[in-house]
Order: sequence, then C-alpha cells, then structure tokens
Amino acid sequence: MKPASIDLDDIIERYPGQPDYLIFLLQDIQAAFNFVSPEALQLVCDHTGVPLSQAYAVATFYQSFSLEPKGEHEIKVCLGTACHLKGAPRLVEELERRLGVGPGGTTDDLQFSLDTVNCLGACALAPVMVVDEAYKPSVTAKKLDKMLKNLADA
Amino acid sequence: MSNISAVPQPWAERLNSAADLEALRQRLEAGQDPNRPEIIVCHGTGCLANGSPQAAEALKKAIKDAGLDAKVVPGIKITGCHGFCSRGPLVVVRPQGLFYQRVQPEDAQEIVQTTLIEGKPVDRLLYVDPVSGEHIPHEKDIPFYKHQERIVLRNIGKVDPTDLGDTLVRGGYQALAKALFSMTPEEVVQQVEASGLRGRGGAGFPTGRKWRSALAAVAKKGGPVYVVVNGDEGDPGAFMDRTIMEGDPHAVLEGLILGAYALGAHQGYMYVRAEYPVAIKHLGIAMEQARALGLLGENILGSGFSFDVQVNRGAGAFVCGESTALFTSIEGRAGEPKPKYVRSVEEGLWGRPTVLNNVETWANVPQIVEKGGAWFAGIGVPHSTGTKVFSLVGKVNNVGLVEVPMGIPLQDIVEKLGGGVPGGQPFKAVQTGGPSGGCLPERLLDLPLDFDALTEAGSMMAAWASAACARCSTASARARAASRTSWTCAAWPRPSRTAPCAPWAAAPPTRCSPPCNTSRTSTWPTSRTTSARPGCARTSSPTA
Repeated sequence: MKPASIDLDDIIERYPGQPDYLIFLLQDIQAAFNFVSPEALQLVCDHTGVPLSQAYAVATFYQSFSLEPKGEHEIKVCLGTACHLKGAPRLVEELERRLGVGPGGTTDDLQFSLDTVNCLGACALAPVMVVDEAYKPSVTAKKLDKMLKNLADA
Repeated sequence: MSNISAVPQPWAERLNSAADLEALRQRLEAGQDPNRPEIIVCHGTGCLANGSPQAAEALKKAIKDAGLDAKVVPGIKITGCHGFCSRGPLVVVRPQGLFYQRVQPEDAQEIVQTTLIEGKPVDRLLYVDPVSGEHIPHEKDIPFYKHQERIVLRNIGKVDPTDLGDTLVRGGYQALAKALFSMTPEEVVQQVEASGLRGRGGAGFPTGRKWRSALAAVAKKGGPVYVVVNGDEGDPGAFMDRTIMEGDPHAVLEGLILGAYALGAHQGYMYVRAEYPVAIKHLGIAMEQARALGLLGENILGSGFSFDVQVNRGAGAFVCGESTALFTSIEGRAGEPKPKYVRSVEEGLWGRPTVLNNVETWANVPQIVEKGGAWFAGIGVPHSTGTKVFSLVGKVNNVGLVEVPMGIPLQDIVEKLGGGVPGGQPFKAVQTGGPSGGCLPERLLDLPLDFDALTEAGSMMAAWASAACARCSTASARARAASRTSWTCAAWPRPSRTAPCAPWAAAPPTRCSPPCNTSRTSTWPTSRTTSARPGCARTSSPTA
C-alpha cells in the first residue's frame, strides 16, 4: 500500500473545490488506493463542500467505488449478453470456488477481488475478463488456473 | 498506445487561421510518401486483447533484422479498430492493401520475408471466404468490407488516433475551418437540418430539430448552453461508439466543436463509461493535441470563438446513459434518472439548455458541414438518411463492426456482410436494437434498415446490437426471451446458480431464486439435468 496521507492530499489538489468534481476525486482515490476510506471521503467533502451524506450516496451508488479495501489484483468478469451466452456465469462460479469469495468480495489475504461488470463492448472476445485492466479474451476454466497462478506469483 | 510511427510532432506553434491549418496539412502531406510500404496493426480493444502489441513489436524487430534498405523500410502504424474483431490481431500491408488476420508474433518474419522482400502474400494468413472457400488477399475485396459505406468509420483503421497530424492529412478539422470562416452558426444548423440526420442513439430524433429547439430555449432564457457527448454506450453487444472514440477521437471532437459553434456553447462535456479506458485515453490525447494547435480552447483558429471540453468518466452505472441520469452524474451526484417533464434542450445540465447527442451522431457532423446537408440526405432513404454503424455479433461468420447506408435490406447485412450463419445452419432470427429492440424472424429479413420500418415491425434501430441467430443456437432462446415483456431466467440457456435473472444485472448478481426456476420449468418442460440447451432441446423436438 502507498503512504495514504501524502498521496491523498496530492489527489485532492488536482481538482478545484467544487461539488461537480466529487466523482473525479473519488475515481482518482479509488484508482490510487483500491478503495475509498472514510478519512478520504471526509477530506473530499471538506474540499468540495459536498455534505458527507451526499458523498456517501455517490460512493455507494456507482459500481466503481468500494468503501472496503480491494485486493491487489482485480478480476472483472463481463456478464453482458454475449459473454453470458458463452459461459461467463460458469467462469464466475469457477472463480468463486477457487478464490473462496463471491462477486464483490475480496480474498482475506487482499490478493484478489472478484467483480462482475456490465457489457464491456468486446463481444467478439466473449467470454471476456478484465484482470488489472488487461482484457483476457475467450477465457476458459482451464485458462483460469494459469492466470491465477501467474497473478499470485507476480 | 505507443506511437511507433514516430511522426514528427509539429505542435510547437499555434494555428491562427484557416490558412495556417491548410499550410500545416500540406506540409504533413508532403512528408508522407503514398508508395512507402506501411504495416498497419490494429490496436482496437479486440486486437489488443488478442495480442496485437506483441505482433507489432515482433514485426518491428523482424524489419530491423531483415536489414532493409533505408528507403523502403516500412513504417508501422498503430490504428483503431478495423471492425473485424473476430479475426484479430489484424494487419494490413500498404500500399498493396494486403489483409492478414490472426497475426501472431511468430508470423512476423514470414510477413517481412514474403511480402516486403519478395512482394507476395502470405497465403495462410489471408482471409478465407466462408462461402466460396477462396483466399481473398485484399482488404477492399473482402465481402465484410466491400459492402460497407464508410462515412463515420472513414478514418478508423487508417489513422493513428494518437497522432493529430495523421487525422489532419486525411481532412480532419477542414469542416471546422470552413464553418468558422465561411459559415454563420445559423448556416451550420441549416445544413444539419437539411441533412436529415437523426440521433444514432436509438430514438432517431432529428438532430437539426433538437439543435433548433435548444436555440429557441436559449433565445428565451438567455445564458449559457451546453453540448454533451453521450459516450455511455451500455447496451450489451454494442461497441460502435467505443470504436469511434478509440479509433477516430478527432471526428467526435470536431463534431462537438461544430455543434458548439452552431449553438453558441462555450463548454462541452464528453461522458464516457469507465469500462472504455482506451477511449478515455484517446479522447484525452486528442483534446490535448487539438488544444496545443489552437483547434480547441480560447480563440479557435484565431476566429474569436472559444470552446472547451471536459471528459467525464462514468463510474460503472448502466443507467447513466439516460439523459437526466447522465446530467446528474456530470454534476457530481448519484446518477438517478428524473421524470422528464421538461426536455433537456430547455433544462438539461445545470438546469440550462443542453444538446446531448450520441457519439456517432456527433461524428457525422463534420462530414455534413464539409460536404453539405444535401449530400448526406442523398445517402440512404428519405426519412432515414446517411449511414448507420452497428455491431454484428452472434451466430454469423463475420463478427464485427460495420457501416452501411440506411435502407439496405437486413438480409444483405446478415448474408453479405455477416457471411451468413456458420456451419450451413438455417437462419432463425436477427435481434436488433439491443435489449429494447426486438427479434426479427426470417420472413422479415427483407425489411429495409430504416428507423421507421424497424419501429413498425416492433423492433428498433437503437444502439444496434444485432445477433443473427442460427436454429440451434443459444440465441434462439434469446429470441423467445425477447418476445416476452421482460427477460426471465426461464428464457436463459443453462441457468447456472450464479446466473443473474437479467443479463445486464449489476454486480453482485442476484442469485436465481426458486421462483425463477419454477417459471423456467413451467415454460419449458426441459429437465434441469439435461446438458442440452433449452433452445436445442426444443428445436430438435418434433413437437416443438
């Protein structure tokens, strides 16, 4: 983990202190720390002048934000129509079994987070997964083994 | 994306007039030799995932190893999506226009040796026509491309989206210069009205009329007006907007600036979903380069007109593609839709008149301004003019992105562009318009591609996510599902324990509860233990 206190101030300074930059700030914080801590949320509110209740509503409304720490590697399985038809739900099952957590969950060792996402618009690659921002085309249960092992070793 | 072609970046100076722009364009053009070999490597999301960066690196290395004469060393150009995503990574060798599919790093040496040195095509990498079984060496002869008419996609796959110079050579920002120096804002609106352009997001609302209403609202209320790009393409199976934003970001930007000029807006927004990181990156680079050249920002091209844009990343909410939710999200709040008693052209973003158009709609605007509304209106059919880009997915031989003139029969799209259903299976239905659309059976295949004809048939144009379905395909179950009022688990092939009840359900997926399974059993008496998909079981049964 990065030293939260230093980076957080840097991020906050990136945007003007206006309510419309709330989402920008939360996105940058999420990207930097893998989650939005209560402390960060309060700082964002102080900066933008948004009430904490409203910032909380935003942080919980959008799927991109997590109020809990996320794992080092984020695995997102697309459940769009094409991927669904090509077996994405079975991939989710496999991942659940291997990682021991369901969608939205993070392993206890903070290595992996599992999420499902809406259509990624990469239907020619179905079923598609995004692992740490890299698209993985035509994933099969067999490929998962290797992928998870590579990630764990990395 | 790295800029391998290493085109010199002439962004040092700001352009202060249309003449400056033309001079720069000519200078850039003079620097390009049309006969110089060029290897184009597609870096669309599909090809990226299939390993196009590795293929590009291998090609670069192979060229270096071959020690070619400095004069004929080919440039390697990285472009946006060529549309033929199922065949990636795609490589096109110019000037011959040789089209190679599924190129792997180990093929690089052979391409360099056979094509660049010996001047012959590498047969095994060529496209094979699924109908005739013939090898088709040239991109322009492949049916998937041959039957397309590319207006919006004209630059995609040809220009490096991260290099403004490349876009300028191909006529980028010519329309902007024309509008700023030889047209009044009113004339721009008139051209858009005359073009008959209708919103590409699905509803097909005439763009010119939308702009006109916004102008009327501004005249009444005064104050600022905003222009917004809706890049929150969320329909499952649709990736037209992503491809345009990734492959030709300047077309969207130029369209938006033209709209702003026509409407008198000085601030615009591009709302792009977070799931499209490459699109966000390319739009960002495009804006930065345009700003440096004086094509965006204060005093554009020295005309006195100022306009700037901000890219807003979505945060993973499907609903934010809806206009009121999108505005709320730009305002920094939870993107919940509001009742639309007042239209957004009167009260949109920040309660101000706002023109929100789809990515593809904006990308059409520069061509309309440059070539005139009458030219655009001449393409397609009277009430649906121009072309339409759509993603062709499902049980067809050629999966990918295509652009065709309005009015062509659906049959042509499935048969000529899509290459028909694989394995000689009979065609069953085509689903158009994404989840809001409908399924059109074989007997409706002669329907023209037309907003009104599709609506009349009970489907819609929408964000064209079309899936041509074969008889025994999982998609036949989908066809049944769509014929009901809503999606149910019942219509879903092989429901798994984690399967959400609706295909677009947000994470975490709702687990299929007993009521779902009950409804499935009552609709299809297929045994739960059977491994066959419900669609197959049913179509193969004589009682079906």
